[in-house]
Amino acid sequence: MSFVYEKIMGGKKGLTGFIILATLILIIFPLFLDAFRLNLVGKYLTYAFVAVSLVLLWGYGGILSLGQGIFFGLGGYAMAMFLKLEASSPENTTIQSTPGIPDFMDWNQLTELPWFWEPFTSFTFTILAVLIVPAAFAYIIGSAMFKRRVGGVYFAIITQVIAVILTVLIVGQQGVTGGINGITDLRTLHGWDITSDSAKNIFYFINCGLLLTVILASRFILTSKFGRILLAIRDKEDRVRFSGYDVANFKIFIFCFAAMISAIGGAMFTLQVGFMSPSFVGIVPSIEMVIFAAVGGRMSLIGAVYGTLLINYGKSAFSESFPEMWLFLIGGLFIAVVMLFPNGLAGLWNDYGHHITNKFVFISKAFSKLVPQSLLKKVEDAR
Amino acid sequence: MRKPSSSLLPSVMRRCFAKGLMALPAAILLSSIGMSASAANVNTTGLAVTDETVTIGILHSLTGTMAISETGAQEAEKLAISQINATGGILGRQIKIIQEDGASDWPTFAEKSRKLLVQDKVAAVFGAWTSASRKAVLPVFEKENGLLYYPTFYEGLEQSKNVIYTGQEATQQILAGLDWVAKEKEAKTFYLIGSDYIWPRTAMKIARKHIENVLGGKVVGEDYKPLGNTQFGSVINKIRLKKPDVIYAAVVGGSNVAWFKQLKAAGITSKKQTLLTISVTEDEVLGIGGENLEGFYSIMKYFQSQDNPNNKAFVAAFKEMWGEDSVMGDVTQAAYLGPWLWKAAVERAGSFDIDKVVAESEKGDIELTTAPEGYVKLHKNHHLWSKARVGEWSKDGQATVVYTSELIEPNPFPAGYQ
Repeated sequence: MSFVYEKIMGGKKGLTGFIILATLILIIFPLFLDAFRLNLVGKYLTYAFVAVSLVLLWGYGGILSLGQGIFFGLGGYAMAMFLKLEASSPENTTIQSTPGIPDFMDWNQLTELPWFWEPFTSFTFTILAVLIVPAAFAYIIGSAMFKRRVGGVYFAIITQVIAVILTVLIVGQQGVTGGINGITDLRTLHGWDITSDSAKNIFYFINCGLLLTVILASRFILTSKFGRILLAIRDKEDRVRFSGYDVANFKIFIFCFAAMISAIGGAMFTLQVGFMSPSFVGIVPSIEMVIFAAVGGRMSLIGAVYGTLLINYGKSAFSESFPEMWLFLIGGLFIAVVMLFPNGLAGLWNDYGHHITNKFVFISKAFSKLVPQSLLKKVEDAR
Repeated sequence: MRKPSSSLLPSVMRRCFAKGLMALPAAILLSSIGMSASAANVNTTGLAVTDETVTIGILHSLTGTMAISETGAQEAEKLAISQINATGGILGRQIKIIQEDGASDWPTFAEKSRKLLVQDKVAAVFGAWTSASRKAVLPVFEKENGLLYYPTFYEGLEQSKNVIYTGQEATQQILAGLDWVAKEKEAKTFYLIGSDYIWPRTAMKIARKHIENVLGGKVVGEDYKPLGNTQFGSVINKIRLKKPDVIYAAVVGGSNVAWFKQLKAAGITSKKQTLLTISVTEDEVLGIGGENLEGFYSIMKYFQSQDNPNNKAFVAAFKEMWGEDSVMGDVTQAAYLGPWLWKAAVERAGSFDIDKVVAESEKGDIELTTAPEGYVKLHKNHHLWSKARVGEWSKDGQATVVYTSELIEPNPFPAGYQ
């Protein structure tokens, strides 16, 4: 038990934060938000995967990736390709010159499905592709960079460039990628209508479950020996190298892991929003996601989720109330958070959170007195 | 730290308040007009309709790269709505507007359209501009059974129950222009150049078929440049080499500025070269500069300089509402038609219910004799019958209409051009 408590939950403070977050997204939001707003929160939470990955990479690894959109996009596109193929059955596409291929291919005079689309008819393959393609791509980038000791600002710039290249590639090859429109009009998953409210609710909870799992897995990595070496690399890379560690491998691993997390977010995005477009792959979304992490606190996995929620809620709320000047307000929010709380929302929690934590412990102790002792004993036995 | 925020907020409030004040006299004047049928009868599906008001949404980009193009459209929609309100509204109800910003970002368009339909229950939405934004919102409108009036000339290949297309689809714009240039300029060889996305590619596909199969001409080059591209040197060199009779262009947005300036710098001007574009309206000319375009041709369905009473009234009203310097392009005019077409359909249906409004629209006989472009009629297939016009640009950024076609039937799925 203590292993789970210390390593995965992160001790008392970590556990409290985790439980508060889980209560918020699993109970409070579904209870108090209508279907539309809940779906919006679901969309925001897919970005939170990327923000969490940036906490690992940037906060703990000191590797600033300005191209996490690449992996979000790869995951999203893999899922979109599967859904698009299902939506383009010959019966649904009878008006096309070539029925049975996605509509944008038909508009671009393609007459058969490109080879790399073929395997995406399989859902299992798609899930594997969501996880493995981005990780493999990250491995290639990571090996090329970290083995050559490219780091810091150079690495940031190169990830940006790759994001641009990928965007240009997707937009340019519109016959096979859907171009600037992206892959749209995704409606069913194995015949199940994913645009219905019930489907959206289910995806919301799956999304939350995955996000919480990802946070726990990340916490496990960070509290392990690997996590401490990662911190050491961030603070004094040379000293770690001189101690005999292969620094590059550690960096490659965390980069691949972060890519995989981001890709899960992308796939969940496609499922909940119903399309994928190159506007998630480029520089702007990638930097935006760094901002989410910064606002949440770049050393806090849970803070990153709050940062994402806050900024995106601000975006939606400001742009609904002040459609002509909302960008200024969002800019003001960034500046305010960075100036007032340099450690992000998590910094606030660290400064004032213990008051709440103490209260929480008090309440839980009081609560435990109310629970019959026999029940507690059963729980103990079960352990 | 409190200071900046406290000085920011009141200014926001002041602005909103000032806007509200401006609208107030109109509201007071008009609230007396109109005896309305009760809301339950004209609205059986729970839309945002009361006994006095009906709420609609406007969804265009107010920020981001598309803002410059979409501003005209949303201004025209607001003008039409204020005019409708001034003459008694629709079914005795004043139209209230909820405006959302699509922010030049397709997922945002989808999010905002869902908000307008699900949360605000608007009776109609006027908006979207690029094909990408339309594609992003389309599933939302079909799922939530909303009604979208889409103003932009576009590639066709689409006909949704939930969309009324007030711009021209590809064949309405392209075929007439090619016929004109083949006849008038005796053009035989064509060079096609466009931005690299769905609309130019589809437009060029149709153009190529028409040139090769109908006109008996030849396409000597076809090039696509990424959106936002500003380097046209290599294309211009190829054009010099091939010496086409006509350059047929569908370069969009900001790229146009570089494209026309570089053409001029390379000495390719209207004195020696015929150029016909399907993507330049008065709005773009503002950025390009009339002097860089002088003597080149655009094919559109509307030009601001059109000489008819409808258009004179429209231009005057538009300038009064949005300033002397504003210009009205093709899409601006098409956007202006949206609220009027909606009004006509709603009044015939005697209801705001989407299904009834769509059913009336699909009868194919809703006409607008007051359209600035002259006369339009809504076809069964949700597109408009309209005329194509060729305009020759002059230095002052306005075009002279040199050719007007017959009324062209919209055909979003043209046989033989697929």
